[in-house]
Amino acid sequence: MNIHEYQAKKLLAKYGVPIPKGGVAHSATEAIYQASELGGNKWIVKAQLHSGSRGKAGGVKLCNSHQEIADFCDNFLGNKLVTHQTGPEGKMVSSIYVEEASDIAKELYFSIVLDRATQKVTLIASTEGGMDIEQVAEETPEKISKIMIDPAVGMQPFQARQLAYTLDLPNEVVGAASRAVMKCYRAFRDTDANLLEINPLILTTDNKVMAIDAKMTFDENALYRRPEILEFRDKTQEDPRETNAAEHDLSYVGLDGNIGCLINGAGLAMATMDMIHHAGGEPANFLDIGGGASAERVATSIELVLSDNSVEAILINIFAGINRCDWVAQGIVDLLNKRDIEVPLVVRLSGTNVEKGQKILKDSGKKVITADTLSDAAYKVVAAWKQEKKDKN
Amino acid sequence: MSIFIDEKTPVLVQGITGRIGSFHTQEMIDYGTNIVAGVTPGKGGTTYLGKPIFNTVKEAVLATGAEASIVFVPPAYAADGIMEAAESNIRFCVSITDGIPTHDMIRVKRYINSAPKEKRMVLTGPNCAGTISPGKSLLGIMPGHIYKQGSVGLIGRSGTLGYEAASQMKELGIGISTSVGIGGDPINGSSFLEILKYFENDDETEAVMIIGEIGGPQEAEVAEYFQKHMNKPMAAYIAGLTAPPGRLMGHAGAIVNSSGESAAEKVVILKDAGIMVAPTPSDMGSTVASLLKGR
Repeated sequence: MNIHEYQAKKLLAKYGVPIPKGGVAHSATEAIYQASELGGNKWIVKAQLHSGSRGKAGGVKLCNSHQEIADFCDNFLGNKLVTHQTGPEGKMVSSIYVEEASDIAKELYFSIVLDRATQKVTLIASTEGGMDIEQVAEETPEKISKIMIDPAVGMQPFQARQLAYTLDLPNEVVGAASRAVMKCYRAFRDTDANLLEINPLILTTDNKVMAIDAKMTFDENALYRRPEILEFRDKTQEDPRETNAAEHDLSYVGLDGNIGCLINGAGLAMATMDMIHHAGGEPANFLDIGGGASAERVATSIELVLSDNSVEAILINIFAGINRCDWVAQGIVDLLNKRDIEVPLVVRLSGTNVEKGQKILKDSGKKVITADTLSDAAYKVVAAWKQEKKDKN
Repeated sequence: MSIFIDEKTPVLVQGITGRIGSFHTQEMIDYGTNIVAGVTPGKGGTTYLGKPIFNTVKEAVLATGAEASIVFVPPAYAADGIMEAAESNIRFCVSITDGIPTHDMIRVKRYINSAPKEKRMVLTGPNCAGTISPGKSLLGIMPGHIYKQGSVGLIGRSGTLGYEAASQMKELGIGISTSVGIGGDPINGSSFLEILKYFENDDETEAVMIIGEIGGPQEAEVAEYFQKHMNKPMAAYIAGLTAPPGRLMGHAGAIVNSSGESAAEKVVILKDAGIMVAPTPSDMGSTVASLLKGR
């Protein structure tokens, strides 16, 4: 789960990580109020949305007057912002974060990740702040330091010092930097975070270390024990189809193509998408209806796929293990008895009771195209989709 | 015996009395798996599905000599259950549970690895379909009848995509020595590479297929090992060529976050190492067939 920058900063501040003073606003008036509360005559205002690269998209601005803040709010609040990471449809800016401007002497990079290769929590720091860290890792790997944490004992102060000393900081600041690193680790550990990224972590001209940006993501599987994190959830930042799917315990990802698909199992779902692509079509979505594909789940899933207007054909691919193909087939037929489906429907059943399932589909007299193999199914759905398009034109 | 399990291996079920646990325990018994005990705290001393139930894994192991365990415990308690198995001298453990927090799994791995290597429990999963040595023993939730007994080792993340591969192979008359599900989570009990080493040393296995997907560095590890140390031929398929970067595709570990993690990049890495890669998921069986023919 992703959260906003201002929420991450609130969380980090609770752990004592130094951050600039700031406040969140949902209107221009509120933003100006926040700026007056902060005092001074220059402020950083930042559009809040679940995406990086906001600066490049114009969503971060240094303002020298209340009028500039008001203009910024009018421009962004309630509108969608398109960044490199949001995709062409962009994401809604639901709030603005107003922050005191800092005088930056140096920009550093700091992050904590769950490293899949070492299977350990890993801290990463670099003197190259404000840059894309993957690019730094590729071009100047010597400028990146990593510390791995032993899960049995947790992070030790010497490790924080080791990391801080690689950052070319003035001697008198190293202590503060190590303490900040240690506090970030505690925040990460206590909240079941997957990622904490501070880019940049800055050294101010008066020798203070501060987190200027903050990005945190959390393990969905641990949210049951992190109610305080769950409160940060902002559904306006999520695809409504995905939220709807999640409420039915289905795993859905919206994509750009026209062939809706529903499959049991994440791996088979990805493979089926690949097969559709190979056959000359593009998938409209990823949908894993889970290992157990009951008749009701199949029906709910078809409704979900159809709620996407760009879907022009559907492929159902079920490999029944513990399930029975006849149950799944009955679920499809029951739904077709209740409602019409305007687009071509291709069904491939495999595994337990496959013959019975195919017979149910056939005997129903409904317009269902059946397929025997994965490849057969993909080619049939793409052909049916193309035919449908031709007929329409 | 095959790697990890055979028809004699005494197996206990953790979480046997739960809805999912009891359903699959019956399926495993029907397949011929030697289930000797179940563990459900609070129900020790009773009998369930004809098997004695114990309060702790340790008691169950002492009383029945169980060597392998399958864990159906709910996600919030599963990490604890796996560590209990490791501490009680279980040799091979399958964790079916989907949804274990990643931070828990990091601790589980650390705990398991703190045992000396010769006594260390092999964990597969979590979030996997299990392990089957066809015709001998099934420790999982897969439909046993789609697997033909034979000499190809299969390792995969996904359950149903593994079924797809197994049934394609069966259709072509190709059998499987053992199929191991390593699961779709970011932190796995065992990696592709760790399981691959067992197959390389297994007399009953003559070729190996891995079924990978987007996310993580494990396929690259396999490529390096294959090139440097392996004598048996290998095939592979990687799912997710059409998966967009930065999006989680169902499995908690199926996400492209950094370079080398996309399906296209993995395919190149595996091919460069000399591993035969199936171009589409419907070619998994035929790719193994041509691999075996080329021997």
